[in-house]
Amino acid sequence: MPSLAERAERAAAIAAQYAQSVDKDGRFPGEALAAMREQRLLSAMIPAEFGGDEASLSEIAEACSILGQSCASAAMVFAMHQIKASSLIWHGRESPWHRDFMRRVSAEQLLLGSATTEGGIGGDLRSSLCAIEADGEVFSLTKEGTCISYGLQSDAILITARRAPDSPPSDQVMAIVTKDQYTLDMTLPWDALGMRGTCSDSFTFKAKAPAEQILPSSFADIAAQSMLGTAHLLWGSVWYGVAADAVTRAQAFVRNEAKKRPNFQSPGALRLAELANMLQAMRSNVQQGLRRYESAHRDGDDLASMGFIVAMNNIKTAASRAAFDIVNHALLITGIWGYRNNTAYSVGRHMRDVLSAPVMISNDRIFSNTSNLLLIHRLDMSLAG
Amino acid sequence: MNDAIYRLLAEHGRLPVDATSIGQDQDLYTAGLTSFAAVQLMLALEEEFDVEFPERMLNRRSFQSVAAIAACLAELTAEKAA
Repeated sequence: MPSLAERAERAAAIAAQYAQSVDKDGRFPGEALAAMREQRLLSAMIPAEFGGDEASLSEIAEACSILGQSCASAAMVFAMHQIKASSLIWHGRESPWHRDFMRRVSAEQLLLGSATTEGGIGGDLRSSLCAIEADGEVFSLTKEGTCISYGLQSDAILITARRAPDSPPSDQVMAIVTKDQYTLDMTLPWDALGMRGTCSDSFTFKAKAPAEQILPSSFADIAAQSMLGTAHLLWGSVWYGVAADAVTRAQAFVRNEAKKRPNFQSPGALRLAELANMLQAMRSNVQQGLRRYESAHRDGDDLASMGFIVAMNNIKTAASRAAFDIVNHALLITGIWGYRNNTAYSVGRHMRDVLSAPVMISNDRIFSNTSNLLLIHRLDMSLAG
Repeated sequence: MNDAIYRLLAEHGRLPVDATSIGQDQDLYTAGLTSFAAVQLMLALEEEFDVEFPERMLNRRSFQSVAAIAACLAELTAEKAA
């Protein structure tokens, strides 16, 4: 069987063909998703005993980067699906329903969506208004104004809610609800500057499902142990892929200029050297974060530490800033050829796509969270790590 | 020590319930302690008991309950006395 990276390359080749039309029409990258299913990418992280590849987060990150170099929206759909899969894998292993569901994800290549935001809460995913209303073995749930990326295309949605109607907003659980168990009533369609294919529409979500579909861990643990790290690292990997493709285009532009005008060094050539520098720093940041995540998962104590939260927060904020700086630099190099949407050097879509990075969980919110932790956490100053 | 912990929990915990109604072993996060309030509580405990929480204690478990906080403080104040 070909490696995960090879299979991601095949899906990326399809994604690249439709990237422009996905962006232009603000439509879901259906062709790319079909290719991901054909390559069985949706079960890449699922443990082998449940029919998946049991890929490491670094391998998934590489697939995100490969897809990101072709179509940021398709790559982000893949990344978000894997973030949800990580919660299922880490927190559903002990529960029969979730074990069986993992088998289904592998066999049917189900696409997992996420409903963690809510109207009236802002972007704080660690707080819910809506609550699980249990009635015997069944629960019902209504969540208003929740933004669900590819909500209409999802086969199942992982949704947060307060544990019970009398629970405080921070006492949350996460339930997995399948398409046949919920209804989505669209309240605000997705029409955005970039990442136009993620179709992150807002909905009123209503569901009724068996209580056994609620993940046994508290959402506090799910957020800390699987979501925080995987989200920031896989988003960062998608942005890295987008930035890397902009660099590829800038380099092609400079090489082409050099061939046309031998013995003349264009100003863009110097900027390209700077760009290589910036890309390397971004790559090191994400790679180091992946190593930290993987070692933290071997050592549960680090996973629950403030140092781990601070490190993951920093990966996200730094990667989102770097992605913008890199694409902007590529635009300066490619000039009017990069600015135009119809050349081999176009980076406009890249620019619009990476502008989502600082607002996808606002960097200001993350810095504010880190600043609170720094009142008590002392940073690790060693270079050895 | 527990009285001081409960007092600081009431002042800094921003709990939706009366702090004294929470049992010593009850999960503070389930009771509504947010991560922001947890840090504020830690700072207040450091000030009150004149200690600094070492990195190994800076995790959710150490502050999961009043009893867990008391155990951390007992360890730190014993170290100080030694």
